[in-house]
Amino acid sequence: MIGLLCQTALFKEMNITCKIRKTMITEGLSFMKGLVLGVILCVGITFLVDIKKGPLSKIIQHKDSHLLSASYLQNFAELPIHKQTELRQRVRVYCIIFVTPKELEQWAAVEQTWSKHCDKAEFYSSEDVKAFKTINLETADKWKMILRACMLAYQNYINEYNWFLIVNHNTFVIIENLKYFLFDKNPEHPYYIGKSLKHGSDNYIDSRGGIVLSKEALRRFITSLDRCLENYKSVGHLSPDVVFALCLKYKRVLATNAEDNKGRMLFNTNIVNNLINEAMSTHPQNVLNGCCADTAITFHGLSPNQMHIMMYGVYRLHAYGYYHLDGELVFLPPDDSDLK
Amino acid sequence: MICRQRWHIFNVGVIVGFLCAYAFVHYGFSRNVLFQSVAQKSMENADDRNWRLERSALFRLSHPHHSGEDSSLSDDLYNKIRILCWVMTAPGNLETKAKHVKATWSRHCNIVLFMSSVTDNDFPVIGLNTTEGREQLYWKTINAFHYVHKHHIDEADWFLKADDDSFVIVDNLRWLLSNYTASQPIYFGKRFKPYIKQGYMSGGAGYVLSKEAVIRFVEGFRTKVCTHTTSTEDVAIGKCMENVGVEAGDSRDTEGRETFHPFVPESHLVGKIDKSFWYWNYCYYPITEGPQCCSDLAISFHYVDPLLMYELEYLTYHLRPYGYQYRYQAIVPEKAKLLVAHPAKETNIKVQRRRMNSNHTINMKDAKQNEKE
Repeated sequence: MIGLLCQTALFKEMNITCKIRKTMITEGLSFMKGLVLGVILCVGITFLVDIKKGPLSKIIQHKDSHLLSASYLQNFAELPIHKQTELRQRVRVYCIIFVTPKELEQWAAVEQTWSKHCDKAEFYSSEDVKAFKTINLETADKWKMILRACMLAYQNYINEYNWFLIVNHNTFVIIENLKYFLFDKNPEHPYYIGKSLKHGSDNYIDSRGGIVLSKEALRRFITSLDRCLENYKSVGHLSPDVVFALCLKYKRVLATNAEDNKGRMLFNTNIVNNLINEAMSTHPQNVLNGCCADTAITFHGLSPNQMHIMMYGVYRLHAYGYYHLDGELVFLPPDDSDLK
Repeated sequence: MICRQRWHIFNVGVIVGFLCAYAFVHYGFSRNVLFQSVAQKSMENADDRNWRLERSALFRLSHPHHSGEDSSLSDDLYNKIRILCWVMTAPGNLETKAKHVKATWSRHCNIVLFMSSVTDNDFPVIGLNTTEGREQLYWKTINAFHYVHKHHIDEADWFLKADDDSFVIVDNLRWLLSNYTASQPIYFGKRFKPYIKQGYMSGGAGYVLSKEAVIRFVEGFRTKVCTHTTSTEDVAIGKCMENVGVEAGDSRDTEGRETFHPFVPESHLVGKIDKSFWYWNYCYYPITEGPQCCSDLAISFHYVDPLLMYELEYLTYHLRPYGYQYRYQAIVPEKAKLLVAHPAKETNIKVQRRRMNSNHTINMKDAKQNEKE
C-alpha cells in the first residue's frame, strides 16, 4: 500500500525520492495513529469524569462544610424527628434592625411582619423612644451605629446565634430563603454576604440590601477594629459600607455576592415594583424570568403598607395545586405571626 | 533511529489529538449550553408556542409549570375543569393592557378570547359589532356570551368574564369550582346585595358562569325572559340570572374570606374604606378589613395595571419562602372526586369551521332578532 501511495502524482510533482516518500508516509501514519489515540483518550476521560462528576463535585463544593451535602438534604424528611429539629436549628439568625425614632409606622410594620421570622430580632436606634422598644446606641452617626450594634451583638449573642443579619427599617427580609441559602455554609468560616458592589479593586456589601455575617466574620470584624480604626479614624468621605468591608479585609474576610442558580440577585436594593418596571423596558417579552429570584431574600425601600402587602403576597397568597419539592427543609409559621 | 523518530511523532500525534479533542469537547459543550440557553430564552420569549390560535380563540396547549415543582394536582384540575376566559377589552387597550393579560394570568385558562368592538385577527380579538363606552357594556356582554355559546359551548365547563384590568388566579378558581359541576345552574363572583333579591356579582371583580348558566342566559334572550334592561352590565346580568333560575353562589373560602375582590390588594389589606363609601352597603357578606379580608386562595383583583399584574404573577407563582408550610391548607372538596377529565383534542372542528362567520363578528341583528322571536 505504501508502494502505491508512493506512486501518487503529488509526490511525483514534488520530486522527492521514493525512499523519503516512504518515510514521510510512515511517519504520517504514526502521527495519525497518535492523533486518533489522543482523541479516544480525551473523550474516554471526559466520559469517566462525567459519570463520577456527581460525588466528585459534591466533595469539591462542600469542602467548606463538613456538615451537609446535597444528598443529605434530600433525605431530610426521612430523618428522625430529633435529627430534623437539630438540622432546623442549624441556622440561627439574629436580626439587627436599624430604626429611626420619627418613623413609628415603619417600626410597627417591621415588628408585626417579617421580623417575627428571625430567631431573635432587636431594634437599634439613635435615641430612646417611648412608643417602642429599642436599644439606644446614643449616636446618630451611621458608622458609629453599625460599630456599636455589632459590638453589642457580639458581646451578647455570639454564642447563641451563628448568623447575623444587619438591615434598615425599610428592608423586607424573607428569613426562610436566607436560611435556605445559608444551610450548606459553615458559620465557623468567615462569610460576609449580600449584594456586592465595587470600590476600586475591593468589593463591599450594599447595606441597603442587607448584610449577613457568619459568627466567625463578626468575630473577625470586632477583632479587626483596633487596627482598622487607626487608619479610618473618622469615616470621612467613605461610606460606612465601604469602611466595613475594608475593616473585614484586614482579617481576610471578603464579600460574597449572593445569587440564585440562574444568576439572579437574592439581596435586592429595590422594591419588586421597580425591578419589574425595569424588566418591562429591558426585556418586555419575558418580564418575570430574568427579573427576580424565586428564593429572593431581601427587597429594600418598602413603605409600611408595602410590607403588609408583601407578607400577604409571600406567606399567604399562592396558587392551588402546586407543591414544591423542598422536602428537605421545612419551616412552620411562627406562632405569633398570624395577623388579624 | 527510524523507530525512535516514529515513536516521537506518534507521541506528538497523541498530544495534538488529545488537545484538539479537549478543545472541541469543551468548546463544543459550552456552545451547546449557550445554544440551549438561547433556545430556551427564545422559547420562553415566545410563550406563543404554548397557544394554538384557532377561530379567533387562543387554545392553551399546556398548563404552565416551573421546574422543581409538583403540579400534578393543578394539572388534574386543569383537565377536569375547563375554563374559557373572555376578556373585555377595547381597541386602544390591546398594547397597553390586553397584551399583559395575555402574558400573565390568562395563560392558566384552557381557552382565552379577547372581546372588543373591533376585530383583530392577529392578536386575536373578536369584534362584537358594538361601539365602545359604558352604555355599550351590557350589549358587549350579551354579544360576548352569545358568541361564546355559539362557538365554544361544548369546549369548556365554566365561562369567566374578566376585564383587561382584572388579575385572576385561575388555579384558585378551579379549586372553588371543583365542588360544583358544569351542569348546575350557578354563577360565582364578588357578591353584592342591592337591586336583586339573591344578589348579583360585581362586574369588575369578574364572574364565572357554569355551562348550564350560559345556556340559560342565551335561552333567556331567545324567549325574552331576559332583555337589555340597563347598561349597568353586572346588575343587568344579575337580573337575568335570577329570572332564568341560575343561583348566585357563595365564593368565599372555608374560613369565610372573600376570593373575588373589586379593588387592588392594597385597598383590601391596608386601605381604610370610609364608612360612607358605597362599598359598605353593597357587600352581600360582612366586610373584614385588614389582613383577613382576603383568602390565601384569592381568585381575582380589579383595577390592576400592567405593572401590578406582573408583580402579582411574581408573588403568586414565583416568589415563595423555601420550605414554608402555609397556614391555610385547603383540601380537595368531596365532590371533586366525581369530576371527569376531558381529552385535550376537541371534536367536530371541521363542522364548526364551516359554520363560522368569516369575520367572526356577531351581528347586533342576531341578538335583536332573538329578542323579537
